Amino acid sequence: MIWEIFRRDRAGQPFEHAGSIEAPDAEFADAWAREQYGRRGESIALWLVPRDAVHVVSDWADEFDLKYRRVDGYSIKARLKEARERASVKSG
Amino acid sequence: MAAAEISRDEQAFLEYVQGGGQVETTDWLPDDYRAKLVKFIEMHGNSELMGVLPEREWILRAPTLQRKLALTAKVQDEVGHAQLIYRVVEDLGKPREQCLADLISGTSKFHNVFHYPTKTWGDVGVIAWLVDAAAIISQKALLKCSYAPYARIMKKICWEESFHILHGRDVILAMVTGTPAQFELVQEALDRWWGPLMQFHGNPIPADEDPMFTWRIKSQGNEEARQQFLDGYVPQILELGLTVPDPKLRKREDGVWEYTEPDWAELKSVVTGHGPRTADRLAFRARYLEQEQWVRDALAA
Amino acid sequence: MNELLLSLADDELVIGWRDSEWTGIAPMLEEDVAFSSIAQNEIGHARALYELLTDDPDALAFDRQLDAYRCAPLVELRLLDWAHAIARRWLYEVADEIRISALMAHDDPAIAGLAAKINREEAYHRMHAEMWRERLQDAPQFRAAVDDLWPYALGVLPAKQRESLAARVGRDEVAAIERGTHTAELAELWNEMTMVRRSAPAGAQW
Repeated sequence: MIWEIFRRDRAGQPFEHAGSIEAPDAEFADAWAREQYGRRGESIALWLVPRDAVHVVSDWADEFDLKYRRVDGYSIKARLKEARERASVKSG
Repeated sequence: MAAAEISRDEQAFLEYVQGGGQVETTDWLPDDYRAKLVKFIEMHGNSELMGVLPEREWILRAPTLQRKLALTAKVQDEVGHAQLIYRVVEDLGKPREQCLADLISGTSKFHNVFHYPTKTWGDVGVIAWLVDAAAIISQKALLKCSYAPYARIMKKICWEESFHILHGRDVILAMVTGTPAQFELVQEALDRWWGPLMQFHGNPIPADEDPMFTWRIKSQGNEEARQQFLDGYVPQILELGLTVPDPKLRKREDGVWEYTEPDWAELKSVVTGHGPRTADRLAFRARYLEQEQWVRDALAA
Repeated sequence: MNELLLSLADDELVIGWRDSEWTGIAPMLEEDVAFSSIAQNEIGHARALYELLTDDPDALAFDRQLDAYRCAPLVELRLLDWAHAIARRWLYEVADEIRISALMAHDDPAIAGLAAKINREEAYHRMHAEMWRERLQDAPQFRAAVDDLWPYALGVLPAKQRESLAARVGRDEVAAIERGTHTAELAELWNEMTMVRRSAPAGAQW
């Protein structure tokens, strides 16, 4: 059985994928992963997840380019320039 | 462009990886790329596993408690590296049992330096310091490997190798500042290991002719790696009063190291299974694999 | 008292030395890493215990003659088959818990404190040993190994603690193989572990 191992290296940090191990059950996975991924004090916590339990999502449909949901959907440069110019004319 | 968007076209894939792109296990991989990956990564795993044996012989003989712990931990790291690396190979489709069977039968290879005997405690220092230094140069270059799962485990591997170099250099420093006989032990070990060390990065074929470079499995050529090794470590060797056993070794004005041509025939003979300790190390490995098969079976049940 | 601490320290040293030999050849790579950590921990415990007894733990660990070691025959055996190695780990850990618990109640706070520290690491060793015992308990190799090692395991503890050991492992007390005499295997081990140190004259440093 393959277990995906995630480790947190410091408090406040997210868990990051570290690698995988093969172990027959959670007890063995615990005994083995804690040494393989934590013996030098490099982890404060591990998540051991059976690979089969991971549901993967890796594709999205965005056929009509709905840009307003992304940062590149907002080109404010030209309008900002114009607004600044108008403001300076008023105050000047 | 994400790898997933590449058409199932070898040329497009090649351009993608040559442009610095990385791929994942679940992406489409050209057959030749997958085959080269397995061959390269498997040999790396084999080397970690076989690299355990020369040093393991000294685990029982380490002369202080601190050295005992550090050496055991170093050998343990190499086993851990083998575990990480074989897992990558397994996810590429080749089971660990098959990797081990091919290793034992001589179908797959392991690095030249692990075919040699370790004769004295001086060897323990030279291996941890210089063999691991040579290895870390190759492994750092793999941080940019086009196959991302392999590149990612290299971070942990390089981090742990850096401890080995510290340990090795410390062993060497203790001995060169000890008795004259201890200094000689280090020099004698260095004399024996220099040849294999110079062969370690492989013959100087241009990177463009190296299929491992073409697929960007490796990111540097063999000679580049060797030059980096010489640049980093020859000064560190010389400052201890040790001699490098190569009268032709010198750094040119343009920064390039010149050296006596390494014995490429010896390298070829050694890695194809004719090293001084190849047969008995493989037999030793085979013996324990066979003896403890019942344990793996009991866990799998 | 020194005699008790020294026997505990020597047990930890020698079992650590013996178990370290599995580094690189354990049945699974994952287990190899875990087993090696346990060996290193045991040697770490030995060093900490020696430090209570001397300023030079290395000298105590390496520079004694064979008959000055106080370890129990159980830890001296060279057990390079997994069934025996795990059977010893399990029996040793159960026995060790009994004596470490007793030491944690010691009057000397330095000893009690160190015992508590050791016990926190041993807890993981016990989990490891128990997990393996559960897996292998029906394997004939393992059962035979426990039978072989049981008289040795009793010899790890003083007579008054043996009843508790027998109860915990579910076996009847038999004649123990006592601490005080050494096996031929310790001589072999001593020869190897002191080889590098003995090879150099005074003034050598490692």
